[in-house]
Parts: sequence; structure tokens; C-alpha cells
Amino acid sequence: MYQKALYTALLLLGLVAPYAIYPVFLMKVLCFALFACAFNLLLGFAGLLSFGHAAFFGLAGYVCGHVLKVWGLPTELGLIVGTLAAGALGLAVGALAIRRQGIYFAMITLALSQMVYFFFLQAPFTGGENGLQGVPRGHFLGVVDLRSDLALYYVVLAVFVAGFWLVQRTVDSPFGQVLKAIRENEPRAISLGYEVDRYKLVAFVLSASLAGLAGALKSVVLQLASLGDAHWHMSGEVVLMTLLGGMGTILGPVVGAATVVTLQNYLASSPIGSYVPAPVVLGVIFVLCVLAFRRGIVGELAALVRKNLNLG
Amino acid sequence: MSDDFVLETRQLVKEFRGFVAVDHVDLKVRRGHIHALIGPNGAGKTTVFNLLTKFLTPTRGQIHFNGADITYAKPAEIARRGIVRSFQISAVFPHLTALENVRVALQRSLGTSFHFWRSGRSLEVLNARAEALLADVGLSDYRDTVTVEMPYGRKRALEIATTLALEPELMLLDEPTQGMGHEDVDKVAELIKRVSAGRTILMVEHNLSVVSKLADRITVLARGAVLAEGDYATVSQDPKVREAYMGKSDDAAGGH
Ligand SMILES: Nc1ncnc2c1ncn2[C@@H]1O[C@H](COP(=O)(O)OP(=O)(O)OP(=O)(O)O)[C@@H](O)[C@H]1O
Ligand SMILES: [Mg+2]
Repeated sequence: MYQKALYTALLLLGLVAPYAIYPVFLMKVLCFALFACAFNLLLGFAGLLSFGHAAFFGLAGYVCGHVLKVWGLPTELGLIVGTLAAGALGLAVGALAIRRQGIYFAMITLALSQMVYFFFLQAPFTGGENGLQGVPRGHFLGVVDLRSDLALYYVVLAVFVAGFWLVQRTVDSPFGQVLKAIRENEPRAISLGYEVDRYKLVAFVLSASLAGLAGALKSVVLQLASLGDAHWHMSGEVVLMTLLGGMGTILGPVVGAATVVTLQNYLASSPIGSYVPAPVVLGVIFVLCVLAFRRGIVGELAALVRKNLNLG
Repeated sequence: MSDDFVLETRQLVKEFRGFVAVDHVDLKVRRGHIHALIGPNGAGKTTVFNLLTKFLTPTRGQIHFNGADITYAKPAEIARRGIVRSFQISAVFPHLTALENVRVALQRSLGTSFHFWRSGRSLEVLNARAEALLADVGLSDYRDTVTVEMPYGRKRALEIATTLALEPELMLLDEPTQGMGHEDVDKVAELIKRVSAGRTILMVEHNLSVVSKLADRITVLARGAVLAEGDYATVSQDPKVREAYMGKSDDAAGGH
């Protein structure tokens, strides 16, 4: 009940937000929020810590940019092809990494994403250090002119809501139930006849695809696919967003992404930013988060609410 | 004759870096029996279970289930063939409710376990069956309790309900009464007796009074090797067993 009311309120907020806040900033938040939701699906609900998610985010950005700029195809096709490409890369990376546990899994995903990064650095179609610039935003479904920030904003919002819904649906589905069982007690899940590696792989591919959708969306919004999106910094950032907001919670990644993007924007434009570089600030926040409030913003809030309900 | 035995191991060996944990074990479990595997701590009982359920690969030897060689099958496949195990340490899904725990076992039969787009409500068709299983083990009152919050003895009963959900032909129970008070021990023993109808049970058990009450046949393991085998009377009279397993104690039923 509360949940439905909360989501409705948030959706309304999302609909009116561009009249109060700069739409491009909002779109950036939504892209990263979707990225973090995708990551959270894997970490929070399948218990897998990938340290290479930037590869999917970055790849889809390039592919989408290429489809729009070089092939001149419609925007929605760019998004779809970008997402599929990320899913395919996810299948390859996942197949190699999924058999490993814990830190080894994280290391393999990191190593593979570094290989992808160096490929992007060398490959001719990515524009190297300069990135793939001047990606046309095009028309959505051939009618809506996306050069208008406001029009694009609503498309981004719609895509985000769809992605968010899919993550939540997945968590709630029969498949999600098996994932939870695997996360809670893997040997027991195996002894009940589940081929746990296959479930993890499906979760990995889903997560990679959605991360790709986020990356593709971002390349449309900023009209740029850049090397930075595929860098391991970006993999770290999405970990930070998810933990800060609250891993394993549905809204946590959204809150975490909004916080981090806001902070980065603020540091970039304020004088403080010239004294303390943004990564340092984010690093400090990360440490505080791990030490002081492990459940993240949403996790801690939910715990507070639960406590008060129990008392009242 | 061989199909009188559900499970048969031949010269089963498991070494851990030269240390022989399971030493040429020939184990034959007769269909319909409750077969107890006993032995002192570190005898290799859990390791045998891990070999049988493929959580470990044998160094040498073979395992046959219903006449088929399953020595190199995969653990999830073993479960689908009808061998379902419990674990020495309680094996529940702690943050799911009792009902959801049982449903996890049931839902594989729906064939929708990969359907990430389907609503979780589609699992509700299994509720009646899950409730019946919970009632079977006396857990109806815990239906919506999150498992971490259940008392230890009840968790073990939930494990049995979850295992039963798969209707296994062969159930492997690793110390189902470990760490329980008297009352719970009796309850679980009674439960095992009841669910043994129509299936075979192989159980590791330290509590000898439970073993004496339940087991049709007993295999005693010591230092990885089979020390003795037979019914309770035979085994408990065996001087080797008394020495290795019961120590100096004359009280065979004293337990652990
Ligand atoms: N993965 C492993 N690596 C190395 N040694 C192991 C491993 N698993 C078990 N062992 C050793 O094998 C021996 C048998 O262990 P096991 O757990 O099978 O004994 P057990 O009969 O189940 O004992 P308990 O009654 O205490 O449960 C022990 O000495 C143990 O230390
Ligand atoms: Mg043991």
C-alpha cells in the first residue's frame, strides 16, 4: 500500500521535475540510476560483486552512438542494439566469471573489463581519447524531435521507469525467488536440484543488458560516448552508488546515483572542487558508508521506519 | 539381486592432499531401509555424504544409484534423480518464510524458474501443497515466520519438509537431531520414522538411542574405513566398535 503511494508520488515528482531542475542534469541522474539498479540486481539480489560493469555501460554507449551517427538509424534502434551488444558481452564475461566465487569473481570481471577498455582505446571507431562525439539525438519513433531537452527527458524517464520496473519484477518473479535462495544458501539450492550457475548467468546477462541500456541512453543524452564510461573508475562509481543508497533495496540505487551525481556536479562547479578533487570526496563518503551506515541511505531509513512501527 | 540396493559404493576413496578421509568404503543401502552411518568425530561421515551428493569428487571408486553409475554426475543432477540431502549445519533459507522455503523446493516442478518476467504470485498455486508439507512436520503455526526467527529444532523440521517436497527416493540426513533438546529429538525421530514410509533414508546420527530405535541397518565408520556393519544388536556387541566409537564406556546407548 505505502509502496504504491510512494511510487506514484515519485513518478509525479519525475514528471514535474524538469520544470524546476535543469533537464540534462536530471537525465544524467536517471541514466546513472538505471545503471545502479542494474548493478544492484546482481549484487543485492544474486550476491555477485562485479567489478567490471563499466564495460557494459561503455560498450552500449559506443554501439548506440555508432548506430545513430554512422548508420543513421532511429534513436530507439540505437538503444536496442546497444542493449543487445551489452547483453552479448555480458554472456561472454559471465560465462567466464560465474564459476568463480567472491573476490575471484570480482577480479575476473575487472580483468575482462580492462581488456575491453584497452580495446576501446585502440579501436578506430571509438575516437580514442576524444570519444565518439556529435551523436545525433534523432527522433523517437520517427515523430518526437529529441533535440528538445524536455522531449528527450520524458523519453529517458519512460525508459528508466521501464527498466526499474523490470528489475523489480525480476526480483519478485519465480526466477528472483531462486536467486534469493541461491544467495541465502547456495549448497542447499544445489541440493534441491538447481543448476545455480545457470541462474547466476541469466542474472548477469540481465544486469549487463540493463547497464547497457543505461549507457546507450547516456550517449544519446550527452551526444557523446566516451572512454571514461568504460573505465574502471566507472565500475567503482556504480559500486559506490549502490552501497551508498542501500544495496538489496529497490530504491537505494536511485538515491545513491542521485546523491553521487549531484555531488559531482556541485564539486565541479564550486570552489571547493578546486581544493579537494571529487574522487577524494567520494572516497571519504565511501569509507564513511562502509564504517558507519552499512545499510546505505535507504536501508538505514527503512530500518528506522521499521523500528518506529514496532514501537508504535 | 543388485536392485535390492538403492545405493551402492564400490571401494570409495577420498584423499585430501594425501590424508585419507574415506578409505575404500563399500556401502550398500537396501531399498526401504533406514540406514544409519555412525562413527566418532572426524570418521568421514560427512565426507561420504559429500561424495554421494557430488559436492566432492571421489579420488577413486564408484557410486551406483538404482544401478546407474553416478560417480561423475553433477550435484544438482543428483537431486533431480531423487537423492536429496540435508546438511550437518542447518540448511534453510534464513530470510525467507517457512512457506517460501518449502516453495523453493516445489517450484522447480512448475518449469518457470527462469521466468524473470512472471509475477511472483504465480507461485501461489503451490501454497496448498507447501502448507500440507508444513502441517506434516508440525509447522503450520510458523507458515509466515521468517526462518531466522524460528527455534533451532523447528528449523530442522523445516529442512525435512523442504527435502520431502522433492519426494526423494533416497533421503540423506546429516545429524538431524544434533544440538537438540530431548523433546525435539523425540519429535524429529518420530518424524523420520513417519516419512521413511515408501522411501530409503541414509542418516548420520550420533544419538545412539535414536539409532537403536530407527535404524534397520548400521554401518560404523572409523578413520574413513568401515569398521563394522549389521543391525543394532550386532554392531553394539562388536568389541572393535565399543573400543573405537564408545571409548571405554560400557553403556552402548549412552550416546554422545
Ligand atoms: N575439504 C576438506 N579438506 C581437508 N580435510 C577435510 C575436508 N573435509 C573433511 N576433511 C577431513 O576429513 C576427515 C573426516 O571429516 P568429516 O567431516 O567427514 O567427519 P565426520 O565423520 O562427519 O565428523 P563429525 O562427526 O565431526 O561430523 C576429518 O579429519 C576432516 O578434517
Ligand atoms: Mg560430519
